[in-house]
Amino acid sequence: MSGPRLLAGPDLGAGAEGYADHVRRLGPTTLAGRALIEALVRSGVTGRGGASFPAGLKWRALAATSKGSAVIVVNGAEGEPQSHKDRLLMRTRPHLILDGAFLAARTLRAASVVVYVGEEHRAAYAAMERALRERPEAERRVARMAAAPHRYVAGESSAAVHLIDGGIATPTTTPPHSRERGVAAAPTLMQNVETLAHIALIARYGDAWYRSMGRRGAAGTLMVTIAGGVKKPGVLEIEAGITIGEAVAMAGGLSEPAAAVLLGGYFGAWMPAVKAWELPLDAEALRAGGLGLGCGVIGVQPASRCGVCDTARIMRYLAEESSAQCGPCFFGLRALSDACSRVAERGTNRDDMARLKRWAVEVQGRGACKHPDGAVMFLRSALSTFSDEFASHPAHWRQQPA
Amino acid sequence: MKTEMRLTIDRIKCDGHGLCAELLPELIRLDDWGYPIIASAPIPERLASLAQRAVATCPVLALALRRESRPR
Amino acid sequence: MSDTILWYTTRGAGAVSMILLSAVVVLGVLSSLRFHSAGWPRFLTPALHRNLALMTLVFLALHVVTAVVDPFTHLGWVAAIVPFSSYYHTVWLGLGTIAFELLVAIAVTSLLRDVIGQAAWRAIHWLAYASWPVAVIHGFGTGTDALSAWFVVLSIVCVVSVTIAIVYRLLQPPADPLASARGEFRSGVSRRPNQ
Repeated sequence: MSGPRLLAGPDLGAGAEGYADHVRRLGPTTLAGRALIEALVRSGVTGRGGASFPAGLKWRALAATSKGSAVIVVNGAEGEPQSHKDRLLMRTRPHLILDGAFLAARTLRAASVVVYVGEEHRAAYAAMERALRERPEAERRVARMAAAPHRYVAGESSAAVHLIDGGIATPTTTPPHSRERGVAAAPTLMQNVETLAHIALIARYGDAWYRSMGRRGAAGTLMVTIAGGVKKPGVLEIEAGITIGEAVAMAGGLSEPAAAVLLGGYFGAWMPAVKAWELPLDAEALRAGGLGLGCGVIGVQPASRCGVCDTARIMRYLAEESSAQCGPCFFGLRALSDACSRVAERGTNRDDMARLKRWAVEVQGRGACKHPDGAVMFLRSALSTFSDEFASHPAHWRQQPA
Repeated sequence: MKTEMRLTIDRIKCDGHGLCAELLPELIRLDDWGYPIIASAPIPERLASLAQRAVATCPVLALALRRESRPR
Repeated sequence: MSDTILWYTTRGAGAVSMILLSAVVVLGVLSSLRFHSAGWPRFLTPALHRNLALMTLVFLALHVVTAVVDPFTHLGWVAAIVPFSSYYHTVWLGLGTIAFELLVAIAVTSLLRDVIGQAAWRAIHWLAYASWPVAVIHGFGTGTDALSAWFVVLSIVCVVSVTIAIVYRLLQPPADPLASARGEFRSGVSRRPNQ
């Protein structure tokens, strides 16, 4: 089987595939319990929410700690502004996602399933809600919807648990991690919607099938959102291991010459375009190079845009999205953002460049969650990729559309 | 086996009172906004009681001492 | 003769307790304001607050014991524990009993803060704001020298100091620089009512 897997089936413009059609097209799942977990481990399928952690290992760990009270959280918050893959999947293939969720519930002996969808993704939320109502009674009974507030950190694991349990989507201190003590103090599996969809297919066709696609040693397919200077921006299902250059070709090629690529969204990293074209879209290979797939956003930065100004704009966004619980994050990101804006608006100066470097070191690792770390990594990659531009930025403030 | 003592901090509870940096300047200093930067190295024995005092003095109980056993 | 000594000790220890308690409240307010200066390090305010509070309890114990033991007052130990159970100055003494018990609760929870946690400790510590006026009113009501000059002057100084401290505190923004930003963010990410 080649070609799209998650996005195979009826036309994507036709809306959500209903339960009856879904069952008729794909048939029942065949793998369950221990056999399913081992298949997931062998398949090498990794989480698609950002951390790229092997799903099989996650399930194995939870199977050991679950005593029948575990909770499955289906994470469809998609707080990363440029990412569209999760909402596309929720709008068009909700039952793939729910298959994966209820497989998890049965395999890990969970007491409940919570479908956590960003409140701003109205169509996706409605599609998942409708799809839940189509499920068999045994599944409907243990599942419920929960709306993720429209903030960047709402999709973070501890924030999601906090919203579901305590009504407020702010990150909490770990340890204890939600896989040990999460919703209702029970072991909680937090899994991205795309990951669950892949698992739903592996449970039907097995790990060998999953690995039958994939290039350069990578396995399976994955969904990416290609944005920026390409002819056909949008969501694509690609073979794992193809290069960013090959993915851009699938998106119609460049619409204008590109200077850099932002991989992984605002929680990711900049790199020069020439380096990006050769980079394989494979979580493990990227990790070896100190990079990450993240949520799969590939932002192509045209050469005509100012990297310094765009970095300043994104830093301001990240600073404003701090949950204001930890001083180093709230004040540190604001200070870093202000320094970037000053460089963007008034031109380079040695003091601000020195401050950027010093504060980046001081802010890292001193928040309760990874938000400040992500922002610092983003900034560092910008300082490295756009080093010439930062060193000689003229005083200007180009009004660029976001 | 040797026992190492380390200072851990709950970053959400910490409100930047700054008492810890006054009592344990050898290991804790304040950043530009008044929040503690804590040295990651294990606490030397001679500073152990000062560290305990710093932990007890924190008005919001954000600091804690953690003991870890490591093979030599 | 020993009766008079007991009586003077009761009144003296009571007055000292009132002065110390007022200082403790002022220092508590200064602690929440995070008061410090070049010559006054941050840790000094809560440390002094704590030490004076313990000293207050010592004088308070002396005050209660000498009052109960004094044959002239006809007070039993019950009056020191059960409010409004004495025949002598029932209401005023009862207030004293209440203030005493509040202070003991505050002290015990502070010593056991590690065990009971921050939230419980805070809730009980707020009772301190109740214990002080109750203690002052007790002093006026029961003090035979309520009308004597030295006690009136002392009381005015204490009341004025604490009042100024509390009013000043109420007029200041929260000392925690993240207070308003944190609150704003939280209100934006709270569960919607129809969930």
